Amino acid sequence: MSRVQSAEAVSMPEGITPEMLEKVDQICAAHRGRPGALIPVLQKVQEVVGYLPEAIQNRIAEGLGVPGHEVFGVTTFYSFFSMKPKGRHVIRVCMGTACYVRGGKEALERLERHLGVPVDSMTDDRRFTLEQVRCLGACGVAPVVVVNQDTHRKVMADQVVNLVEQYK
Amino acid sequence: MPKIQLDELSALRDQHRQGIALRLGEVPEPGSHKARRHLLICGGTGCHAAGSKNVKETLINELAAQGLSEEVKVIETGCNGFCAMGPVMVVYPEGTFYVNLESRDIPELIESHLKGGQAVERLLFKDPTSKERIPLMHEIPFFAHQKLVALRNRGLLDAESIDEYIGRDGYRAMAKALTEMTPEDIIGQVKASGLRGRGGAGFPTGLKWEFCAKAAGEIKYVLCNADEGDPGAFMDRSILEADPHSVVEGMIIAAKAIGAHRGYVYCRAEYPLAVHRLQKAIDQANEHGLLGENILNTGFSFELSIYQGAGAFVCGEETALMRSIEGKRGMPRPRPPFPAQAGLWNRPTVLNNVETWANVPQIILKGGRWYASMGTETSKGTKVFALTGHVNNIGLVEVPMGTSLRTIIYDIGGGLPKKHRKFKAVQLGGPSGGCVPEEHLDLPCDYEAIIKAGAIVGSGGMIVMDDSTCMVDMARYFLDFIQDESCGKCTPCREGTRRMLQIVEKITRGQGEAGDLDTLEELAAMISQSSLCGLGQTAPNPVLSTLRYFRHEYEEHIFEKKCRARSCVALVKFKVDEEKCKMCGLCFKNCPVEAITWEKKKPAHIDLEKCIKCKTCIENCKYDAIY
Ligand SMILES: Cc1cc2nc3c(=O)[nH]c(=O)nc-3n(C[C@H](O)[C@H](O)[C@H](O)COP(=O)(O)O)c2cc1C
Ligand code: FES
Repeated sequence: MSRVQSAEAVSMPEGITPEMLEKVDQICAAHRGRPGALIPVLQKVQEVVGYLPEAIQNRIAEGLGVPGHEVFGVTTFYSFFSMKPKGRHVIRVCMGTACYVRGGKEALERLERHLGVPVDSMTDDRRFTLEQVRCLGACGVAPVVVVNQDTHRKVMADQVVNLVEQYK
Repeated sequence: MPKIQLDELSALRDQHRQGIALRLGEVPEPGSHKARRHLLICGGTGCHAAGSKNVKETLINELAAQGLSEEVKVIETGCNGFCAMGPVMVVYPEGTFYVNLESRDIPELIESHLKGGQAVERLLFKDPTSKERIPLMHEIPFFAHQKLVALRNRGLLDAESIDEYIGRDGYRAMAKALTEMTPEDIIGQVKASGLRGRGGAGFPTGLKWEFCAKAAGEIKYVLCNADEGDPGAFMDRSILEADPHSVVEGMIIAAKAIGAHRGYVYCRAEYPLAVHRLQKAIDQANEHGLLGENILNTGFSFELSIYQGAGAFVCGEETALMRSIEGKRGMPRPRPPFPAQAGLWNRPTVLNNVETWANVPQIILKGGRWYASMGTETSKGTKVFALTGHVNNIGLVEVPMGTSLRTIIYDIGGGLPKKHRKFKAVQLGGPSGGCVPEEHLDLPCDYEAIIKAGAIVGSGGMIVMDDSTCMVDMARYFLDFIQDESCGKCTPCREGTRRMLQIVEKITRGQGEAGDLDTLEELAAMISQSSLCGLGQTAPNPVLSTLRYFRHEYEEHIFEKKCRARSCVALVKFKVDEEKCKMCGLCFKNCPVEAITWEKKKPAHIDLEKCIKCKTCIENCKYDAIY
């Protein structure tokens, strides 16, 4: 796990404000020394910063007093954690079985073509990040597309472009 | 909030029972409650997505404006189970069932039904086979054939009210377990019930508790698995959203049985509403003295909290789940030692699935024998299935174990929605399961029979597929899933499934060769024998079951370069069969890139230069004329 370098070597990416860093430090301080705290801390920090770049991971390692490689190992293991910044709107297309057989795959393909980016990436204008998820538990209204916090049901391929275009 | 004392619980139950009596077909005591009607609007994830929050607000405002707020009570419930029809609402006392409600329907509904006593015909459920409107919930086949135990409170209670749960006999099983039963009594009842784990493996629950109760150690844990990783299953989410207290209560009962004082619910991050409702339930139970220190003044203490997962399918596996709570990478470890001996933080631990927990209070209240009177020889009680895919009545179905697949899919599910499509298979058990064809539809759904048919009951995902689904593509889908989710620790699972995926992908691209199927079978045997955990051991199942029943589809892909479902794009020519074409123009009207030319009374023609192979035309053609 040599990819995580010492805190000084990795500079803080643009867009991360001193207020954010202060919050990160507070979160770490509140959880330091508690067994099993790492994942909840990463979740909270990602809520504050939006993603978990290396420099932030190093700061968490220091704040919690755990080795950097442990933080890195956990971040990369769980799909919920992202090391890349996200667009203003995050589109998540469900590719669970129920959605897949009812047209989720076609909806995703349509979006990839429309946005001009493959799944798991951000558009150049930072407007959208396109992701796929495996089942949101809303299989009863498949196929499901979630944009930010809004769950949209029965979204067929021919509707999906109009749907996301509402998010400016 | 003063804490409840043991001797107050019955009186409270009687008092709160009055509040829900209307919905249970009982007459509330005169003067106890003013409301003449209860409107139960579904607030589950599916109905929220369909706009039920707006409908509820309009309803409340409109009732207030007309001075009806006292007479008519509006209650937001958890998932009702009939998700595809959402937003759904039930009007009590009679139980009129409304579907697909919109805010603009509300004035008419109030005028006609609530004031005039006349249900609004056009908003009632229409039976997909008979085309008749069925006004009452209990007469709709989807509900009429079900037997509710784990889902007994679905759509019936305010999901955020502990009072209503108490009115439904809530926490009485816990009180009984804490005051009248020894740990041996509790375990004895659960063993007698025959309850087996509903999370997938079907291990006898009572036995698991007994192992843990006997394990040496001062500190023990009780855990709930709410990771619900099987894509297409949503019963755990639904139970947590509709009846979270039943899970809390079940866990306290087990804590007493094994001597634990600390518990966690491991819930996936994708379920924010479930987490919210469960947290609320835990807070309420703590405030009322039904959880925490010295429960009901009995001297027994149990502390419970939620732990949110971070998106890894393998964390549903028990040893991985425990590592994840410890804050580490969620990698499974070999067993033994089993968690009952050495689980979370190496302490003896009981882990059960959400649905398993929801059954426990009923078993303690009504007795193990009662539960065991339902089901089959080896599989007792009821099971919840998540019925989805190409079926009319999509939703959650709870039936006695042993009910046939045909009953579930046709009598309860109302059959397939598209007339021109035929049933092909039903997928059971998710990525560890398999596809069962038509000829086995009369099988009784129990653990053993389904395994014989090449699938597993698993967590209860049941995805119906019509003949537009390609079985080779389904195998590819699940292999892709496993590849994504394999934790990478053991080689057979990590590398073996990658090899299998490459071969199946090759076949779907039309590049399959003679010998591929043999290689797949060899790999499958190797992976299932040598993988470390259940993920790898069962990963080949979707391939094996489709090879068993649909080998001809694989062979067509390989030797004839044909996909009969016209799902594998590389094998579709996007040409119009002029003999089959009925010249209806639907393909022309729906093509998103105007690649189709068509005139009345002439067959359509597809311009392959413009065609983007999105298959919209194929989906819209009722005559299978595009090949
Ligand atoms: C790869 C894998 C994923 C699993 N995912 C889940 C899950 O999401 N939910 C669940 O309850 N059990 C899951 N299980 C089963 C658990 O390991 C465990 O058997 C179960 O939670 C025990 O509870 P039960 O006896 O009440 O079913 C999974 C098992 C494996 C091998
Ligand atoms: S499969 Fe898409 S929500 Fe479950």
